[in-house]
Amino acid sequence: MLRLLRTVLRVGRIALPAPAAPPTPQEPTAEPLPWSGSLQIRHVDTGSCNGCEIEIAAAFGPVYDAERYGARLVPSPRHADALLVTGPVTRNMADPLRITYEATPAPKRVIALGDCARNCGVFAGAYGVQGPVSDIIPVDVEVPGCPPSPEAIVAALRGLTGR
Amino acid sequence: MTLIAFGLTVVAVGAVLGGLSITLVPSNLRPLTSGIVTAGVGVGGVLTGIGGLMGAGSSGAAWTRIAPGLLPLGEARLSVDALSGVFLLLVGAVAIAAGVYGIGYTGDGPHHANPAGSRTTQATVPLFVASMIFVPASASVTTFLVVWELMALTSLVLVLTEHRLRPSVRDAGLWYAGMTHAGLVAIMTGFVVFAAGAGGESFDALRTGATHLSPAARSTVFILVFVGFGAKAGLVPLHVWLPRAHPEAPSHVSALMSAAMVSLGIYGLIRVDFDLLGGGPRWWGLLVLAIGAISALFGVLQASVSTDLKRLLAYSTTENVGLMAMGIGAAGVFAADGNRALAGVLMAAALLHALNHAAFKTVLFLGAGSVLRATGLRDLDSLGGLVRRMPLTAVLFGVGALGAAALPPGNGFVSEWVLLQGLIHSISHGISAAPIVAVSIPIAVGVVALTAGLGVATFVKAFGVGFLAQPRSTAAATAVESPVSMRVGMGVAGATCVALGIAPAVAGGALDRVLNVLAPVRATAPLADSTVTLRLASIQGSMSPLLIAVGMALAALVVFGAVRRLAGSAPRRVVRVWANGGAERNSRQELTATSFAEPLTRVFDDVLRPEHDIDVTPYAESSYLIESVTFRQRVPDRLEAAIYPPMLAAAEAWGTWSRRMANGRVHRYLAYGFVGLLAALVVVAVTT
Repeated sequence: MLRLLRTVLRVGRIALPAPAAPPTPQEPTAEPLPWSGSLQIRHVDTGSCNGCEIEIAAAFGPVYDAERYGARLVPSPRHADALLVTGPVTRNMADPLRITYEATPAPKRVIALGDCARNCGVFAGAYGVQGPVSDIIPVDVEVPGCPPSPEAIVAALRGLTGR
Repeated sequence: MTLIAFGLTVVAVGAVLGGLSITLVPSNLRPLTSGIVTAGVGVGGVLTGIGGLMGAGSSGAAWTRIAPGLLPLGEARLSVDALSGVFLLLVGAVAIAAGVYGIGYTGDGPHHANPAGSRTTQATVPLFVASMIFVPASASVTTFLVVWELMALTSLVLVLTEHRLRPSVRDAGLWYAGMTHAGLVAIMTGFVVFAAGAGGESFDALRTGATHLSPAARSTVFILVFVGFGAKAGLVPLHVWLPRAHPEAPSHVSALMSAAMVSLGIYGLIRVDFDLLGGGPRWWGLLVLAIGAISALFGVLQASVSTDLKRLLAYSTTENVGLMAMGIGAAGVFAADGNRALAGVLMAAALLHALNHAAFKTVLFLGAGSVLRATGLRDLDSLGGLVRRMPLTAVLFGVGALGAAALPPGNGFVSEWVLLQGLIHSISHGISAAPIVAVSIPIAVGVVALTAGLGVATFVKAFGVGFLAQPRSTAAATAVESPVSMRVGMGVAGATCVALGIAPAVAGGALDRVLNVLAPVRATAPLADSTVTLRLASIQGSMSPLLIAVGMALAALVVFGAVRRLAGSAPRRVVRVWANGGAERNSRQELTATSFAEPLTRVFDDVLRPEHDIDVTPYAESSYLIESVTFRQRVPDRLEAAIYPPMLAAAEAWGTWSRRMANGRVHRYLAYGFVGLLAALVVVAVTT
């Protein structure tokens, strides 16, 4: 407890200064979100190599601190406004992804994070891979990169939260 | 007056003749006979209790009968006053519920003979009830000790009912026999010191002779009877037999033991401390308060992490007895300080809690018995989903759990509220200048609050994991509702819970009469002007359980109606239940009792020190592929582990050593006799 307090005092504030807000969010394809400024996100790993996960963890860590822009990771799709999908969709994860999409209350957004989620990346054509995320569920936002940098992730999330 | 005589005659004749007839009737009629006889003996107890409460009015004269020469060492003396009356009522009412319940519970199952239906067990149940009824009715040391021991022996026989099925039953019986007889020795020694000092063995002689005792002798008597009655009541650290004996006994016997017999330990404590000794110095009260607080906390903590349903209930008994002891202890403290009004409130809280505990613990143990009979399981981690298979049992268990969780409109809430009111108002009244009281009473308030909070977690777990969600085993999935007699037995106890929870004021007048018996709190009448509203005289406290219940029902209706109205206009979407991405929800995704209690286990890690056991089995082909993982958690009783093994080892070492004294030579034995006689003569010469 004291160690934690000492670390807090020694390290101080390490979050990067917030860059200017992105100019205009990408045009939503689905019905508009009835609110702005806050986005509850459920992360779904459909077969990722965990590279994207490390970058997500960094984006929500103390340095990039995505939560200050209103994005927040939640433990269930029932609590979520958006799904953050990583990895090519494997055969085993296709149905769970569909079920998760159904379980998310509307209106909702789907973010395909990383090259694998966009077009299967280096795993394209592999025997266990069903296809990119957009083959399974409608995708609203794509974040390129293998893996995408935390800055790119934060920028994409700010596009959705509008902050 | 005649009501008492009639009731006790029913009890005595019923137990003897009924017991005989149970041994004679054919085995298919035995459960019915035993149930009717037990319930009849219980009715006798209730009649006697009502007689005791009515008869001891303003005159205060108790009903007394003396049978000279009935017992080998003296006369049998019976006396029933209001204090006896309230406990007679309690024991009798529990016996009625348990007796009716036993008709169905002890019947043979479809495929196997039921050990609880054996001739010995069936005939012993009414004897056990009768001996419990005669405990509060006895009015001399000899009579009391004889029926007390009869109660211990008959209950021991009942605990051992299923000894052929499980070796743990024999272990439980041994622990129970050891603890209860150690307690008997303490009580007997205490009474011997008391009677020797007071110059008589009837309770009247003790009452008048108590003033002649020296303070040291009075304190010795108090400590000895407190230890003895504490062992029977299950106070820490003498509680170790409860979590062993209650789970292993047949459930209607568990209900009788936990709801009725344990309360008699409290009866004994009140009778000796407040009536016969007439109250004592402040430290007696503080001692009882401290032991009660430790028992309440330790009991509820162990209960909150138990996964065995009946073990959980046994620890909950320790908790509730601890709360009663806290009331008695605090009453003793304030009586010693001369604040009789507060002492009266706290004593009334303890007595009311004894009644409430008897009611809800009967329902809970009988409910646990129904679950056990239907599924063969006591482990909460394998139960679940019973609300659909056994709806009435689930509802009644819920009523009991609500009472035990001390939430309104349950009945436990009322007595814990009175207890808290008494403790809290003592702070504002500022009567005692003693720093120890000023420190210990706020701590006691905190203990009651923490106990109540953990009690909620415990019973949410017991009811939620046991009866809701999906069944976690095929036995739970194929359970069937209990026979009519068991449902009636539980229903009687459940209805009593509801009545005590909604209209506790009906007990108010009776409790005021009980307090008239006890010299230190006489004529305080804390609940005198209670009607629908429970109003505490002499301190500013009032509460209406009926209005709370009505208010809660109205609020629930309003919320339900508002939700229906609001949701009715919104668009609807039918989706399947979220099953963590899977197609079907299954019982492996549910919280178990262990996982529900995990945060508590973590918070109280230092006290509980749970033992974890993780077995990982990989496939034969590769050590990286896991076939199964087994997780086991055991929360052993740390107090028991700290105290009992060293004590037992010391006793064994002493026994081994003393074997050397008996080497088989006659000369040495003669020398022992001679030295012993000399020592006795020297002691007599010095002391007289």
